[in-house]
Amino acid sequence: MNIWIKILYAIISISVATIYGLILGGFVRKIYARAHGRFGPPIWQPFLDIIQTHGRRVAISHGVMYYLGPVFRLGGGLGTYLFIPVIYGSVVFANFSMAGDLLLVMYFIFFGQLGMALGAGQGGHPYSPLGIARGLAQMSAFEVPFSLAVIAVAIQYQSLNITTIVAAQQGSILNWTLFTNPFAVIAAMISLLGMNMHSPFSIVLAPQEIPIGPPIEMNGSFLGILQTNRGLFAAAKLVLFMNLFFGGATNLLIMVIKTFFIYLVSVIVGASFPRFRPEQSFRFFLKWPTIIGIIGIIFVAYF
Amino acid sequence: MKKKDINEIEKQMKLANEGLPEKERALFSDARPSSVAPLNKYLEGFLNWARSRSMWMLAFGTGCGATELRPLMTSRFDMSRFGIAPRPTPRQAAIFVVGGYASIKTIKRIVRSYEEMQGPKYVIALGSCTINGGMYYDSYYTINRLDYYIPVDIYIAGCMPRPEALIAGFNRLKEKIRAGECEGMNKYTDNFDWYKKNQKQIIKDWNMPDYNW
Repeated sequence: MNIWIKILYAIISISVATIYGLILGGFVRKIYARAHGRFGPPIWQPFLDIIQTHGRRVAISHGVMYYLGPVFRLGGGLGTYLFIPVIYGSVVFANFSMAGDLLLVMYFIFFGQLGMALGAGQGGHPYSPLGIARGLAQMSAFEVPFSLAVIAVAIQYQSLNITTIVAAQQGSILNWTLFTNPFAVIAAMISLLGMNMHSPFSIVLAPQEIPIGPPIEMNGSFLGILQTNRGLFAAAKLVLFMNLFFGGATNLLIMVIKTFFIYLVSVIVGASFPRFRPEQSFRFFLKWPTIIGIIGIIFVAYF
Repeated sequence: MKKKDINEIEKQMKLANEGLPEKERALFSDARPSSVAPLNKYLEGFLNWARSRSMWMLAFGTGCGATELRPLMTSRFDMSRFGIAPRPTPRQAAIFVVGGYASIKTIKRIVRSYEEMQGPKYVIALGSCTINGGMYYDSYYTINRLDYYIPVDIYIAGCMPRPEALIAGFNRLKEKIRAGECEGMNKYTDNFDWYKKNQKQIIKDWNMPDYNW
């Protein structure tokens, strides 16, 4: 295929994912507000926030890494998204899926956080490193059950290519990993709770404890980039989970429905539980979800 | 003009930072803030529309006014339906809500937080105490008029103003932002010396840079 057409497709795909992720974010804020008995902001509020942050006249910078932090974060989000096939069988939304892309995606999920850690660290505010320490520790903790689930999926389908994994789940709803290996899916869904950073795992961006944590010094366009990435990254993670465990999607509507319900798990848990303390959160991930993940591997390898 | 003269003028333009100890002065910026002109009519109109719809607020709870902000944030009065959201750090906030009387110790922090905010920034002053001192008009340690120290866009009178009054104030601010009338930040930088003089008149232990970048 012509490289220009591929670039055009990638731009379309990224735009759709970002807009979808931001609308989803607005919708989730609305759901939280209803759970609190409020009306909540309009669902297009994230877009207005992004325009407003980019519209600041002054932006304070703290150095080169501070500039690069949000760029790395957005790079991580783009990298994660661009190697996941969003819609099975679609040319436009196939992105750059290739052999072994699952490993690359898992690397990119971590990459943005590390970039952000360097950038936020140069901000010099004491709450930034505190938030980063919490974020990286929690990330290492929830990567364990998530990696176990991914290993179980890789063993089950004998492949590290997401397109192949989606293809193997087509045909019937009973072919989904959810039904063929429920243990791996449970472990992965629990690690998704930590990945989405809703309560009780909202220890990184905790406005009441460490005023907003890592991005505390980020302002203006720096923050605008981080917010854009939040939409894109949320969409990328949900699409990855849909592909690995819930049979992928053959059109945009199914993608929207499935990812919305996957996200709803995080939202229901988030609206029901208060926040963990950091050490409770780390211990939680290393205990039950890890055991369930190991059971998932044993289940797929011996049964 | 000779190069020597230009250097002399530049030196005069820099802030002295006299409140800081000699060895610490190099650690802080001595640049003066400069005013930033609005963009052309249509672009600025668009940005003002977004600014008025997404109002990020830094609540500075100095006194009893802070009590009225809680019901405003929570389910009874729910400010988020107007696009108002609290931000925990001055760097990200655009609206500075000063919640009542300001003692001299507090005005120092108010000035710091205001200067750390990134423009365009708007100030809402709650309660009579920020207008003329209110019930603290003859207090030895409380300022009477807030707009001697930072430019204020909206006053909400009352002792205390109810959350409904706050919402009315936010809506008035929204209209002013849409109309492009809120240039408080440029007012502050244009009259920088006047504001600094007023601030330094009452804050005796000035141990911070002249402008908190």
